[in-house]
Amino acid sequence: MTAPTAPAPAIHVKALEKSYKEMAVLRGVDFEVAEGSIFALLGSNGAGKTTVVKILSTLLNADAGTVRVRGFDVATQAADVRESISLTGQFAAVDEILSGRENLVLIAKLRHLESPGTIADDMLARFSLTESARRKVATYSGGMRRRLDIAMSLIGSPPVIFLDEPTTGLDPQARLEVWQAVKDLAEQGTTVFLTTQYLDEAEHLADRIAVLHEGRIIADGTLAELKQLLPPARVEYVEKQPTLEEVFLTVVGNGSAGGVPSNVPRTTKE
Amino acid sequence: MTTHLFDDTAALTARSLLHIARSLDTIITTAITPIAIMMLFVYVFGGAIDTGSVSYVEYMLPGILLITIASGVAYTALRLFTDLKSGIFERFQSMPIARSSVLWAHVLTSLVAVLLSLVVVVLVALLTGFRSGAGAWAWLAVAGILILFTLALTWLAVIAGLSAKSAEGAGAFSYPLIFLPFISSAFVPTDTMPGPVRAFAENQPVTSIVNAVRSLLTQQPVGTDVWIALAWCVGVLIAAYFFAKVAYRRRVS
Repeated sequence: MTAPTAPAPAIHVKALEKSYKEMAVLRGVDFEVAEGSIFALLGSNGAGKTTVVKILSTLLNADAGTVRVRGFDVATQAADVRESISLTGQFAAVDEILSGRENLVLIAKLRHLESPGTIADDMLARFSLTESARRKVATYSGGMRRRLDIAMSLIGSPPVIFLDEPTTGLDPQARLEVWQAVKDLAEQGTTVFLTTQYLDEAEHLADRIAVLHEGRIIADGTLAELKQLLPPARVEYVEKQPTLEEVFLTVVGNGSAGGVPSNVPRTTKE
Repeated sequence: MTTHLFDDTAALTARSLLHIARSLDTIITTAITPIAIMMLFVYVFGGAIDTGSVSYVEYMLPGILLITIASGVAYTALRLFTDLKSGIFERFQSMPIARSSVLWAHVLTSLVAVLLSLVVVVLVALLTGFRSGAGAWAWLAVAGILILFTLALTWLAVIAGLSAKSAEGAGAFSYPLIFLPFISSAFVPTDTMPGPVRAFAENQPVTSIVNAVRSLLTQQPVGTDVWIALAWCVGVLIAAYFFAKVAYRRRVS
């Protein structure tokens, strides 16, 4: 396996099309992901984000178009692509009956690495799972599963990582942990491709954001570039309604004089 | 990627064998229905069935063993379906491994699980009075036929597991297979069956397999039955393997 020369993009997608039966899900998708960056594919449910991830990770064949990962064609050099990537699917793909450590050891063995046990222990420590290492994954919380899932994806340090909706269904705390893990990855030079339906997630994490809508990329750029798509910020005057709290405090009254106290916020009319 | 086929299959088989070791109930559940049927036939119906010089438990054990195999492979389909559903199948498929090792691991695990259940059933049969004077070679031949039959049904289970829409659906394919021995020579001689039923019974795979296994266990000459049995097993095995590959490819297109 030879690394592609020149600063080729880590992921290159051109005119990608895919239909399920009669339904065209992807109708000509184009985008590129720079090596070592975090790229977020935004889209509503059913927009085809998972389909893109499956094609990129060689789980699904495209109908048309070119898809390259680190210079390798997903259709003709699928084995090389699989050497370069790791997939964290939409649902934590962990083995419930095995322990966390056994899951990690299994992945290390399948990646044909030396001393799988040591690798597993390192990962457990890195993702704060050491205490639960020998418990069945079935007893893990959602956040722990997701951490284990990501830990499994990182074994063997693949240069490109796909995260399909990594925080869907997680509580706010677990979500922050995943975000931190993603940032750490990018700092180490890993290319991260993530899909999300949460705008703040893309805003928070991604170097570059693309919006997938009705089978096409309708916007693609950095956050600053995307913001320029809208007219520049303008100052608006908005009528300020009293909050329920203010109303409450007022009617309960500061005095017993009756009548409306003078500190009631006034609504202004334009 | 075939260089890793052996290592990857070994790692993945070790994984699913752990599943079995941690849920031994699947072995017991597989064995319990055949054992119940065996009890029912030996102690309730068997007395009224004339099987000539052979004791009834000896007569019907081969059929019970086939029922055990058919109910065992239902779990194979279920395990495969669970892997697909949980996403771990896709994780494996996106890794640099020999892809077919994922299916082979399930097939080998199925074989081990079914053989364990068969041992349980044979032990219970021994308690109910089953005895065989068959020699080592005859037992080996019996094991060979049963293993072939298990592999054939396992690949059928792979088709079911790959194409099922629900967990119930994954196991449902085994019901007709469990029922098949009842319309064969497994429990009663076929002579008393009416024309069309008898024609079906005598020409379906179970009858030849049952007859071959029974002849081996009771030290009778096996005749042509063993070749017909082998032809059925190998035929079903090849066809099921082929359609399993088709079902697999359909998932990746």
